[in-house]
Amino acid sequence: MSGHESSYTPNSGFEKWLDKRLPLIRFANDTAITFPTPKNLNYWYTFGGILAICLVIQILTGIILSMHYEASVDGAFASVERIMRDVPYGWLLRYIHSNGASMFFFAVYIHMFRGLYYGSYKAPREVLWILGCVIFLLMIATAFLGYMLPWGQMSYHGANVITSLFGAIPLVGESLQTWILGGPSIGNQTLQRFFSLHYLLPFMIAAVVILHIWALHVPGNNNPTGVEVQDVEKDTVPFHPYYTIKDGFAIVLFLILFAAFVFYAPNALGHADQAIEANPLVTPAHIVPEWYMLPFYAILRAITFDLGPIPAKLLGVIFMFAAIAILFVLPWLDTSKVKSMRYRPVARQFFFGFVIVCVLLGWCGAKAPDAPVIPALQGEKILVVNYSENGQEATSEYKGDEAYHDAQRFMASLPEGASPSLAAVAPPTFQFSQLSLILTICYFGYFFMLFFIGLTEKPKELPESIHKSVLKRHKASSATAVPAE
Amino acid sequence: MTDQTAHSHDDAVDEDRRNFIHIATGAVAFGGLAAFAIAAVDQWNPAADTRAASSLDVDISKVPLGGEIRVLIGGKPFFVRHRTPAEIAAADAVNVASLRDPETDDERLRPMADGKLNPAILITSGACTHLGCVPVGPTQGNVGAYGGWYCPCHGSQYDTSGRIRSGPAPTNLPIPNYKYVSDTVVNISL
Repeated sequence: MSGHESSYTPNSGFEKWLDKRLPLIRFANDTAITFPTPKNLNYWYTFGGILAICLVIQILTGIILSMHYEASVDGAFASVERIMRDVPYGWLLRYIHSNGASMFFFAVYIHMFRGLYYGSYKAPREVLWILGCVIFLLMIATAFLGYMLPWGQMSYHGANVITSLFGAIPLVGESLQTWILGGPSIGNQTLQRFFSLHYLLPFMIAAVVILHIWALHVPGNNNPTGVEVQDVEKDTVPFHPYYTIKDGFAIVLFLILFAAFVFYAPNALGHADQAIEANPLVTPAHIVPEWYMLPFYAILRAITFDLGPIPAKLLGVIFMFAAIAILFVLPWLDTSKVKSMRYRPVARQFFFGFVIVCVLLGWCGAKAPDAPVIPALQGEKILVVNYSENGQEATSEYKGDEAYHDAQRFMASLPEGASPSLAAVAPPTFQFSQLSLILTICYFGYFFMLFFIGLTEKPKELPESIHKSVLKRHKASSATAVPAE
Repeated sequence: MTDQTAHSHDDAVDEDRRNFIHIATGAVAFGGLAAFAIAAVDQWNPAADTRAASSLDVDISKVPLGGEIRVLIGGKPFFVRHRTPAEIAAADAVNVASLRDPETDDERLRPMADGKLNPAILITSGACTHLGCVPVGPTQGNVGAYGGWYCPCHGSQYDTSGRIRSGPAPTNLPIPNYKYVSDTVVNISL
């Protein structure tokens, strides 16, 4: 709370001198030491601190890596291999940086789901939430730009898929795409500008993080009850030592997980095609982005139909960007006055459904769109003969053990010029593209449901204050802790 | 006029004059920024050397019958395919009205120096019109269900004329600008 009175008293002569010129120590004291913080924050609230550590780790390792990296199509792949093999501890720094991106997104997704669950996007924290969305958008951009730098197969072709999305925009699309690539296709000039921007954006993230923390410190933290602080004495504790210790403990646990990946499974989250140098003439069989982009990739591919004048390709792009854009307006979509899902019995069920939808979308993004969702339900392939009859295309299908011979006999019986071709076609089944479409509708549906649930739902009784809710919980747990006979 | 001068002597402020200075200063600053923005934005467009490397002479006599070669021009892939008579017949036999992007096989060929078409050689872009992946073809041993190309990314299938037959791609593989320099050399440009 920015309104809280400064409790800092400069002691030494130097502190008094500095306090009159640049009250730096006073500022640090008021924001990180004595800042009144709700006393009921749980471990889901430690991910803000974890994310700050992630950003610092990425910037530090990134600056070092850039000292050894060469941003050119001829040298990029080799320079990354040199970092891995020849540069002292280069392997460690690069593995920290590449796994760090995954850990960063893992933490930011938990941080965002926490905000969704406890209603941290609601008044008076709308600006705080929107700044968070800006950071998320910048993170996606930074990760995408950085993924091109190793100049592996997935770097090149992944970037190709994503930059061609801009080509789907009507009228300006093609020239916009050429402008972004700096030529007819991805080339040296593209790699150089991506490197420059990949270096720039983390510092923009850091700047928005400062605004994010500023916007946090004006209304103060939300908390699991969603009830605002009423009495600073009873409802809050100073940030230090209570939350420095709690955040610190969570950071240690998080770093253990981080280290487990770096040292025991450094490539578990990566893709084998990245170990092959980029080749514009060979597209990998299955282009997938990094895991943290998969849900959005699934939404992009879920749209396979045209809607009036809008082609499917553009519609997919619109939906993918809308999936992020809708987060920006969420504070005005949710009509409920109650913040925390703890006291919203209906919306709470939808929230858990939404989490499952997001995870399933990630699963869809990783799979080929025409693959069956449940392979066991996929029937045997059907043999289809395509041929032309009186200038019209016709097909004939064959099933069973004798299918191949029947098809051959049929093809032999066709007249000259029918140009028959034989193909094994999988019978129609429930495919990932269909599941993706259903899940995409559910994803957007959640936000629209929040609008209507907020108008009709009868919330549970809210606690009077933060400290009353803490005391009540304490009583409840001590009552059940009576030892059994 | 005399009135105003007398007035400005009193307050020492001439609002009109001050507004003019503000607007003029702002206009100069804005003009400078706008001029810089032109340079800052335009420098991302293709450079002169990039644009210069945008055409190539290809010797089509080296393409094996039933096979293809793939050339990169300005980093963009192109297919040069030497079609078999059966493949040409298959491309001709298609009912054009039934296609997503209706084009006859002849419309997808360019005339040689003598004005005749050379249906044996098909030259198309090598980028799937869906999201720009490079489809696989006869060299990779997979020509898809329609004998042409198959895009491994999202399953688009092209026929022996490079026309889209099934899958998410909206249009046929585009035909680049090319002309026959001689009977065996083709100049392809972006």
